[in-house]
Amino acid sequence: MIRLWLPLCVIGMWGIMALLSPVLPLTPNTVNLTHILVGPGQIHWLGFDELGRPIADRLMMGTSTSFFVSISVVALGLIIGGILGISSGYLSGWVDRVFVRIVDIMLAFPGLLLAIALAGALGPGIENVVMALVIVGWVGYARLARGQVLALKHVEHIVAAQAMGATPWRIMWRHLLPLITAPLIIEASFGIASAIIAEAGLSFLGLGVQPPEASWGSMIRDGTRYMLVAPHLVFIPGLTLMAVVLAANLLGDWLRDWLDVKEPKKAK
Amino acid sequence: MPHFILTRIISALAGVLGVISLVFFLIHLIPGDPIDVMLGESALVVDREALRHSLGLHLPLYEQWWNYLTALARGDFGHSLFSGRPITDILLERIPATLHLSLIALMVATLIALPLGLLAATHQHSLYDYGSMGFALFGMSIPNFWMGPLLILVGALWLGWFPVSGREGWNAVILPALTLGTAMAAILARMIRSSLLEILGEDFLRTAQAKGLSRLHAIIRHALPNALLPVLTLFGLQLGGLLGGAVITETVFAWPGLGLLMIEAIQQRDYPVVQAAVLCISMAYIFVNLVTDLLYAWLDPRIQWQSHS
Repeated sequence: MIRLWLPLCVIGMWGIMALLSPVLPLTPNTVNLTHILVGPGQIHWLGFDELGRPIADRLMMGTSTSFFVSISVVALGLIIGGILGISSGYLSGWVDRVFVRIVDIMLAFPGLLLAIALAGALGPGIENVVMALVIVGWVGYARLARGQVLALKHVEHIVAAQAMGATPWRIMWRHLLPLITAPLIIEASFGIASAIIAEAGLSFLGLGVQPPEASWGSMIRDGTRYMLVAPHLVFIPGLTLMAVVLAANLLGDWLRDWLDVKEPKKAK
Repeated sequence: MPHFILTRIISALAGVLGVISLVFFLIHLIPGDPIDVMLGESALVVDREALRHSLGLHLPLYEQWWNYLTALARGDFGHSLFSGRPITDILLERIPATLHLSLIALMVATLIALPLGLLAATHQHSLYDYGSMGFALFGMSIPNFWMGPLLILVGALWLGWFPVSGREGWNAVILPALTLGTAMAAILARMIRSSLLEILGEDFLRTAQAKGLSRLHAIIRHALPNALLPVLTLFGLQLGGLLGGAVITETVFAWPGLGLLMIEAIQQRDYPVVQAAVLCISMAYIFVNLVTDLLYAWLDPRIQWQSHS
């Protein structure tokens, strides 16, 4: 049971902290020159950064950045990818051929590379990070949805619905969507983990949120310059980031076992 | 076989064309006038027009696209806006460093993943299994822009065994390769484990042991080659993650490869160089995937029969 509760607690805390941070009396941008690089516990429980700003408050701000970005990226990716994948798998014909071509091209870019290039072209800012990650991220959900629909569209109750005159729209959303929700949810939970890492990575490269806004990635980047004198600047955001990503990955693993998703047989 | 090879090569070429076109449109994605973005809004009209003409941005879009394609076919990536040098020369300087880092990272990943996956599968539900898979989960969750600085802190600053950054000396590659290879090692170890677990229950393995082979010999000689087949296809796909991760790892370690070039070019708003770097890395990825697919078909002839039917 610890496999479920521990990651669930971490993810729950992450969400609550992100939602609470706008209403809490935080001072993430207050510069205090007498507190520069003070370690954890001496004046404030997580210490201060290179400008004397409280790290705990900046961490909270970074939490809300990572939460907002990853939830938007996964939600938009699921909606766009789901609609395109299901339609292309079910309608087949030229729709499917065009779709497969587009997906092939998108998959020809390695990992984060396209997102970095897009974020570079669109310019820095949190909305552009979301846009770049959605443009890259929808493909995975679309491919999964298409594959599942291809395997399921000849199942008896779908054929029966067709025979009874149900419209393609009704079959796709009323009969096919519920069948492929489980694998999509599992993919989404791993998607949250990779979106958190991607957002922090883009911010680390200076392409994400801009100062004085905080992101875990930009906190790590700023901290690396003071690593010998104040390693806590790198440790604290890094550990937080890893804990949340680990929890999301564990949750995904648990969901996969719990929902017991097996690869459907290949369509003939 | 020739039919399969031909289809795969054609689809790889279509991928290359698609990637080139998408990268071409990247520059048109820049909000507003790209010339404003590159030169700043206070630039002189003469300079702006000169740049617009030198980039060919005054031509209709389809004509720009065609010019871009034909120039690429001649190996001409254009000139850097920042240094004015031919981009082909810059790329040729940077490619060896990225190749060096990726190959060592790949070796690191395989050397970690193979024993871990083997140990976990042969000792299922034991401490070895949980330990290896715990490590794998950990490796998947640790971002390389955090692991890199940590390795620098321990290996370079505290112990002094490795240089902090750059590519000087034989040992400079170790920390970046470890950083880059860990995530891939984690995913490979999980795949090797699950693939081996399926094979270990097969009849032919029991027969091999019944005929007097030791368990270790049977696993190494008979189970492993079969288990590694499905891993091979994913190996090519995982290389994409590795190449994408190289951009961040090269930035952390100031490793003078294509990834660092791309980030420097983004910061200098040198878009032709960004385009060329993205293109170069993506082409390498397409090529590697083509080779793994062909290799897979050669190692496992069943694939060709499937593609025929």
